[in-house]
Amino acid sequence: MKAIVHVMLKDGVLDPQGEAVRHALGSLGFGGVQAVRQGKVIELDLTATDKTAAEAEVKAMCDKLLANTVIEKYTVEIA
Amino acid sequence: MKAAIITFPGSNCDRDLAQAFERAGADVVRVWHKDSALPAGTDVVGVPGGFSFGDYLRCGAIAAQSPISTAVRAHAARGGYVLGICNGFQVLTEMGLLPGALMRNAGLKFMCKTVGLKVAMTDSAYTSGYVLGQTIQVPIAHHDGNYTVDAETLALIEGDGRVAFRYAENPNGSMGDIAGVLSENRRVLGMMPHPERVVDPLNGGTDGQPLFQGLIGNMALA
Repeated sequence: MKAIVHVMLKDGVLDPQGEAVRHALGSLGFGGVQAVRQGKVIELDLTATDKTAAEAEVKAMCDKLLANTVIEKYTVEIA
Repeated sequence: MKAAIITFPGSNCDRDLAQAFERAGADVVRVWHKDSALPAGTDVVGVPGGFSFGDYLRCGAIAAQSPISTAVRAHAARGGYVLGICNGFQVLTEMGLLPGALMRNAGLKFMCKTVGLKVAMTDSAYTSGYVLGQTIQVPIAHHDGNYTVDAETLALIEGDGRVAFRYAENPNGSMGDIAGVLSENRRVLGMMPHPERVVDPLNGGTDGQPLFQGLIGNMALA
């Protein structure tokens, strides 16, 4: 079973890297980009077979290590 | 007074920090991150600067899960002193011992220069050797020093007078110009600038000395 974790900065937390990417896109001529937010995708290969249990475990991993919930939010997708 | 200085893979300010404590009169014991206990009688834990675990995932995130971290948490919970500098500050926020997080510098560049720091409070062992409002010269060397915290927590730490140092000129976008912040009991301090690099006149200044002397002096009284 595979889990895909998306970690993004919380709404309202300034993202200086995303802002730099937006500027770079603008200078390449892509003028229509209003905002860029940059995050992380983490893929986990799990031995678990139960989807609900796997999701709960991956959420615990996010709270403990994969995301810093002071500034980041996450979503877990089990595939 | 016994100081335990932790070394993680990628720490590079551990020797400097050990020396700063030694100069101020502490007995220093070096501790490896895989150790599960602090030396008996440890009064203060020093978490040094550097790039623990290559800054993988987030600065300080992996170090915060090291075996020694459990002992450091327990030490802090007992009311023990913990000083985290630069990467050490990042580790302490990741451990949950200090509020907030250190994000990428607003200008996105690694910054390495001496900056002015204003002493924002003197009601702690770390800052008692300074004069309130005094500006000291201390080097910074970081890529992720942009102190970020939610509005509610910021109001709480400001209201409690837990900001130890502020940048005279904000180099990295930190909220409230915060360069160093204390725990509720004022015994855990995290700061991005490096006071351990300014304890010897041969190395460009001594403005960091009062921090270590104040800390050790306060402990001697206790």
